[in-house]
Order: sequence, then C-alpha cells, then structure tokens
Amino acid sequence: MWTTILQNIFNALQWGSFYSMIALGYCLVYGVLRLINFAHGDIFMAACYFAFFIATALLLKIVGGGWLVFALTLVFTMLVTALLGITIERVAYRPLRRKGVNRLYVVITALMVGFILENGNLAILGASALRFPDILDKQIWQIGPLTITNLKVLVIIAAFVVFGILQFIVHKTTLGMAMQAISYDKFAIPLMGIPVNRVITFTFALGSSLAAVAGILFGMSYPVLDPYMGMIIGWKAFIAAVVGGIGNIKGAFIGGFILGFIEIFIAAFFPSSFKDLVSFIILLIILVLKPTGFFGVARSTKI
Amino acid sequence: MMALVPGLNKGKNQTKLIIFIAVVMVIIVLLSSLGLINQYIQSVIMSICINIIFASSLNIVNGYMGEFSCGHAGFMAVGAYVSSVLSLIFFTENKFIGNPLFPPQTALFLFPVVIIAGGIAAALAGLLVAIPSFKTRDDYLAIITIASNYIITTAINNISAIGASRGLMGMKSTMFAMNDVLPLPWMLIWIMVFAVICVIAIKRLMGSVLGKGISAIRYDEISAEIMSVNTNQMKLLAFMFSSGLAGIAGGLFAHMLGFINPGSFNIMKSTEGMVMVYLGGMGSLSGSVLSAIFFTFLLELLRPLQILKWVFIPLLLILLMQFRPEGLMGNREILDVLPKLKLFNRGGKGNGKSA
Repeated sequence: MWTTILQNIFNALQWGSFYSMIALGYCLVYGVLRLINFAHGDIFMAACYFAFFIATALLLKIVGGGWLVFALTLVFTMLVTALLGITIERVAYRPLRRKGVNRLYVVITALMVGFILENGNLAILGASALRFPDILDKQIWQIGPLTITNLKVLVIIAAFVVFGILQFIVHKTTLGMAMQAISYDKFAIPLMGIPVNRVITFTFALGSSLAAVAGILFGMSYPVLDPYMGMIIGWKAFIAAVVGGIGNIKGAFIGGFILGFIEIFIAAFFPSSFKDLVSFIILLIILVLKPTGFFGVARSTKI
Repeated sequence: MMALVPGLNKGKNQTKLIIFIAVVMVIIVLLSSLGLINQYIQSVIMSICINIIFASSLNIVNGYMGEFSCGHAGFMAVGAYVSSVLSLIFFTENKFIGNPLFPPQTALFLFPVVIIAGGIAAALAGLLVAIPSFKTRDDYLAIITIASNYIITTAINNISAIGASRGLMGMKSTMFAMNDVLPLPWMLIWIMVFAVICVIAIKRLMGSVLGKGISAIRYDEISAEIMSVNTNQMKLLAFMFSSGLAGIAGGLFAHMLGFINPGSFNIMKSTEGMVMVYLGGMGSLSGSVLSAIFFTFLLELLRPLQILKWVFIPLLLILLMQFRPEGLMGNREILDVLPKLKLFNRGGKGNGKSA
C-alpha cells in the first residue's frame, strides 16, 4: 500500500513537472501580453516532433546515444521551437496588436494557429504515430521497494532548474524587469524607451523554449508521438496555470504539480477515463470559487 | 457603427415574409417528394438549416452579448443525446425499456416534443456555463466554455448505457415510422420548420427589451449594471437560450444522420460555429444565416481535401481576423446593406431565400 503511494508520488512529480514546464510558458506570455496563447500546447507538440527529427538525425550521424546527443538535441530543439514561437507571434499576433483590435480576436487567432499546427502536421506527416528514439540508456534504480528510472529524476530536476532560471531571468535581469513593466502598464512603458516588441519577441522565444524542454523530455518518457498530443496536455497545463493564478510564475509552477498529483492519484484509484473529467471539473470549481486562482491578484476595474 | 438590431416590424410585412418562406419551403418539399431534388442536395439543405440554428444561437452569446463562448458543440451534444434516447424509448424496440412507449405512428406528432425536450436539457446544461459567468469574464469565461465542452463529451464517453465512444444509432427508424404514415420527406420538413422558428425567435428576443439588455452587456457591463440592467439575469437568459437552441440543432442533427458519437461534438464543431459567427459578423442575425449557407457550401466543396480542410478553415478565420474582423455584415442586418429587399418587409430580416 505504502509502496504504491510512494511510487505514485514519484509518478505524480514527473507528470506534474511536464505540466509545470508548459504552464510556465503560458504564464509568461499571459503575464506580458494578457493573452492566452492557446497555441502553446501545439507548440509543445511541434517541439516533440522537432526533437524527434533532430534526435534521429543526430543519432544517425553519431552512433549510439548518450548525454552529448541529448544536450545537442535539447539546444537545437530549443532554438527551432523558439523560432516557431517568434514566427507565430510575428505573423499572427503582432499585426493584430498593431491595429489595436479587441483582445478577443487575438485569442481566436491563437486558437486557430493551434488547429493549423495540429492538422498541418497530420496532413504532412500522416496519421501513423512515430516512435521517439532512445537517446539515453534507461537505468533503473531500486531504492527499497521503489523503482526509480533516471529519466524520471531527470524530468523532475529539469523542471526545478527551469523554474530557477526563469525566476532569475524575470526578477534579476533587465529583460525580466522590462517584461514585468510591460505587464504593469502597456501604455507608459514605450515612452520610457523600452523596446516593447523586442521584449515580447523575447517572451515568446522563452516560453517556446520552455515548451521545447518539456517536449523533448516528454518524448523520451512517453515515446509515441501523435499530432493531437499537444491539445489535451496544453489544456491541462493551462488549467494548472489557472489553478496557480495566471500571470504568476510561482503559481503556475505549483499549480502544475497540484494537477499532476490530482490526476495520478485519480488514475490510481478510479478508472483512468475519469482523469480528464475530474481535472476539468476541478477547473470549473476553482474558477467559480476563486476566479483569480490560488496565487493570483484580483485586478480592479476603473470606471 | 452603433446600429443596434432594428426592431421587428410587426404586422403585414412580417406576414408577407413568413408566407414567402412557407411557399419556398413547400416548393422544396414538393420537389424532393417528387424526386426532382436528389438525396445529396436534400442533405445539404438540411445541413444548411442545422448550421443556421447553430450559428445564430451562438451569435446570441458571441455576437450580441460580446462574450466569448467556444464550447458550443457541447450543448449540441446534450441536445442530440437526450433527444436520441427519448426518440429510441418512445418509438422503437430499444435496449432501455424494451418495447416502444408509444405506437410508432405517433412519431408524427411527438417528434417535435422529443426535439424540444433535447433543447430544454441543453438549456439546463447551459447553466454549467451561465453560473460561473456571473463572476468571470472574457478570457476565463472562454476557458470555462471550452472546459464545459470537454466535460460533456468526456462524460458521454464514460456512460456505457448510451454507447460511450462507440456512439448511438437507430434514430432513423423514427423517420421511417413517420414515412409509413405519410410518405413525405419528414426530416427535411421538420428541420426547415425548426430553423425558421429558431431564427424568428432569436429575432424577436433581440428586438425586445430583454435583448437590448443583452446587447448592453456587450458595450459596457458596468454601465449596464448601473443603468439598472440585471446583468446576471441577462447572462443567464442569453446562455440558456443560446444553448437550448444549440440543443435543438443537435437533436435535428442526430435524427438527420441517424448516428452520433461524442467525437462529432468536439471542439472542432465548436470552431465551425465560431467561424460562421465571425464570418457573418458579430451581432448580425442575417449575417449568421448567410454565412451558415456560405460555410456549408464551402465545407461541401472542401470535402475532397479531407484533413487539409481543417488547415484551410482556421486559416480562413485568421485572415478574417486580420483583414475584416467585423465579418461580412459587421453588426448590420441585410436590409442596411441592401435596402432594395425592403419590398418584402421593412426593418425585418430579409433572409427569405434561406429556408
């Protein structure tokens, strides 16, 4: 009994790490632009595919696997995914922002970009699921009754490292200050000489590369890729961001783990098809009770 | 810009219009029962009418009220399933209670009851969104609507009594039962009648004081509240009315196809609805009707593209948002655009050719 619970705690930590990493990306973009980037889940999906192609290319060139291939794949995937994020922002969101249209239109556009990524992928690569290559050799450690794989530990460590780096960037660097400033007041900041568009581009690059880290690790943990994988995970990560209070980095990080724990423990004790149902119902309840999430700050409306 | 919905001109003109629509419908029914219109074109007409109901009901929330609901297909699913189950229980040999509850010949009179029951159930499901909407708005409400869509479809997926993910079938036999009494294209008749009724109902609601209250929320919720509009009540009304009509559309959809599964009411279906609303113009009823016609034709044309269709449609919407965010009609009714149509009715809707 205790063994299963401990094992499940470990699984939940791993599962929550994925949610946290994706939720952080949502959170960054929302914090700066006040825009729910609905395409983020599909950027994560695209990152998985990029990682697949880069890893297979590298693995074909350099025989075997190991940490070198992992590092190279990680770097390249982050670069390519950041480019994808920047492109989406440039092509779809920026013209709308320039025109200063209703925020609703930007949200719809984001949703549609997600659909294009999913179905474009399906149209180009076909419906057959791809298998992610084994980059690292799997090591299984037995600690008493627990089985721990090196991948699980890697994922959990990666989530915390990403969170630390992000906290550092946002709170300690000039760019991070600029991001916070834009989030605070969009109209006065350009007058202070801060290049708003450049900061927003950087935000998208950062959020997308976080999705890339999550994508490559997800591909290594669950090696079957399919074009619609980003949809449901993206939604769940978004729920995590909302649970934590959207626009708050710490909240998103903790929210991801909360959701991970809830899902894993529900799947452990109930039929697994209840998982989605329960997490969406939790979202509804939280939004009704605390519309700003656990760590969010209520904004007052000026009349 | 601030052209609110022109009120319906009661009296002679409206009667004229309704007579005109009725004549068009009778002609279509006669042609199809004589076999001059083939099955395919009939099914396209039916899809057009269902999409008209779906799009114009979504327009209540997304257009008139200015909120952002993107889980509308969930309510369609509720209506479809409830009316299908009722129809199976009422008129056919079924696995729920065995023998039919009523003799199958009564389907002729009880069919609208079944459909409206589906609509009422969907309106109750609309509470799922309406109650959170009192406190939350735009972004968060969008999330709630999408979550409700997922909740409904996954809930259906988990109920094995109504087929779970395998789907539910057998609704066609209701139609055959009606055909045995009188050999007419019943499904076509009912769908067209319901489409006309729904459009007129929306028109009347939006022309009324209540409808003006719903529009007031779009312009400024706080001001509306201050000016004594009961916003909570308006939101409740808008969400429930809109989801109820979507439920009616779902019931008709289920009986038209004779087979439904949760997959046909996923977020893609909601997207179709949104495309229609924004293509037609927010808060323009005739825009919704026209864009439903146009969009259904487009879907039929794009059918050979299969999956690429779903790249093309979002692309269409993105381009729309970039270059003409107000849609085809943009908050105006067809009579403001083409005043010549006023020979039919003045200040009413001019979509006589639609049904």
